[in-house]
Amino acid sequence: MDFSHSLSLILPEIVLSVAGLVLLLVAAWGGDKTSRAITIASCVVLAACFAIVAPSVCAAAMGPDTVAFGGQFTADAFAGIAKLMIFAAAGAALVIAPAFFGRYGIMRAEYPVLILFSTLGMAIMVSATDLMTLYIGLELQSLAAYVLASFLRTDDRSAEAGLKYFVLGALASGILLFGMSLVYGFTGTTDFGGIRAALSGGMATGALFGIVFVLAGLAFKISAVPFHMWTPDVYEGAPTPVTAFFASAPKVAAIALTARVALDAFGAQAGAWQQVVIFAALASIVVGALGAIGQANVKRLLAYSSINNVGFILIGLATGTAEGVSAMLVYLAIYVAMTVGSFVAVLMLRNAEGEALEAISDMAGLSRTKPLLALCLAMLMFSLAGIPPLFGFWGKFVVFQAAVQADMVALAAIGIAASVIGAFYYIKIVKIMYFDEPANVVQGRSDWAHWALLAISTAAMSPLGYLLTPWLGELADGAAAALFLAA
Amino acid sequence: MIGVEHYVVVSSILFVLGVLGIFLNRKNIIVILMAIELILLAVNLNLVAFSAFLNDLTGQVFAMFVLTVAAGEAAIGLAILVIYYRSRGTIAVDDVNRMKG
Repeated sequence: MDFSHSLSLILPEIVLSVAGLVLLLVAAWGGDKTSRAITIASCVVLAACFAIVAPSVCAAAMGPDTVAFGGQFTADAFAGIAKLMIFAAAGAALVIAPAFFGRYGIMRAEYPVLILFSTLGMAIMVSATDLMTLYIGLELQSLAAYVLASFLRTDDRSAEAGLKYFVLGALASGILLFGMSLVYGFTGTTDFGGIRAALSGGMATGALFGIVFVLAGLAFKISAVPFHMWTPDVYEGAPTPVTAFFASAPKVAAIALTARVALDAFGAQAGAWQQVVIFAALASIVVGALGAIGQANVKRLLAYSSINNVGFILIGLATGTAEGVSAMLVYLAIYVAMTVGSFVAVLMLRNAEGEALEAISDMAGLSRTKPLLALCLAMLMFSLAGIPPLFGFWGKFVVFQAAVQADMVALAAIGIAASVIGAFYYIKIVKIMYFDEPANVVQGRSDWAHWALLAISTAAMSPLGYLLTPWLGELADGAAAALFLAA
Repeated sequence: MIGVEHYVVVSSILFVLGVLGIFLNRKNIIVILMAIELILLAVNLNLVAFSAFLNDLTGQVFAMFVLTVAAGEAAIGLAILVIYYRSRGTIAVDDVNRMKG
């Protein structure tokens, strides 16, 4: 592989990093009055990166032609499909931000730049095939995310969210890194292929410790139980556009990364991690469903909902088969669309003074004051609960189908039972919006960008979404094949 | 003769001290930042020791990356701490409780 071929494979990352640095300089010189131009430029950059990556996903790129820099980096279809979701989610986080921060008078020019750097980190994460590349990508994503969480400096909840995210995120990085040092020590390499070869002939106890530490660190990043405790606080405290970003793009990146580490690097010792992933999946589903029941804040409720969804996604990974990975990717795509839509709907809940409303009781009787918003939110909630005519059901269906095909009937049965508990709190929101006495606090007009994103998300989650299933399934199958060819 | 296992034992002890420093510390957030640095240094010790005993440079390159990122992480941690202190007027761990959990 010559150097120019390697460079051509990392073109999206080069575009993102150069654009991020240039826009940072513009922000430093131009000040906050350039924030609108920088936001638009960042959206254009993300769209360009989306267009660069899309052909490799459609062509299901895989094999040695996709490996850059001597095995440090892989631009295959699996990384590509994750990148498409990440770029789309990051673009949504940019589009919804100006209306939110504008009300506080602090739409700072750094916000789009930080989103770009965080996106760059995620793009490196999902393409990493070496522990070093993995670590650099993860930290680039995390460091930008810590700043984003504490972005609303006038609100002390935001500072507290940033602090909690930083401390627990740094601890997770430390645990992950300690595991990586053990894996390096007991296999003698940091390359995923090399680790796989070294582990195929048996495993030292030290390497097993390494695998467990690495998975624990990654579980922190995807907020899987038992490492989920930071999620509700950070999601509640961070500014809502940032929360929408946290719930979508970094989740995709960390889950794709976990899948690549588990199936590629540790693929030869599947027995060692499968039990851990099955436990994390079931615990996430149950804790996510039970924890959400008593919540009064809608952002905390959506945080528990994301923990619950991570559990379903991990069921796909736990199967360890190509069908399971394909189902996981389909679920991820549907989850990203649903979550972004839900958070946009939450952003549109404002009182007459334009202040953000986050209490579930404020949504009482929304169907009579804002019928269209209530209808969209109700559809998204039914979709999150997995009620059949809506598209959210399809994600759960493919994941459970993959689990049953991999002879994990008990896992699928417990998952289905727990999703019934989860349906309770989603439907409770619908009940409050449609059958309670109107609280009449949600007032004012919403930004057109919010309506546009909510409309796209709701349309995708409506039964029309099923028109996408053959196309989505084909892309996910190609991506899963690329991952298993490397493994 | 000091073997690689001695290094691993020392770095494991440092790692556990760092993790305990985060969870048992009830006083000050600065101490948490120091505990995080201790964890990263334990990892570096591990990497360099393995690198020396494996006769493989990768571990030392990795340790350089970890050092660099640790510097950036400390800078961002302190910056967030300053914002937090401005709005709350305290950096005691027990006061980080505006949100339950």
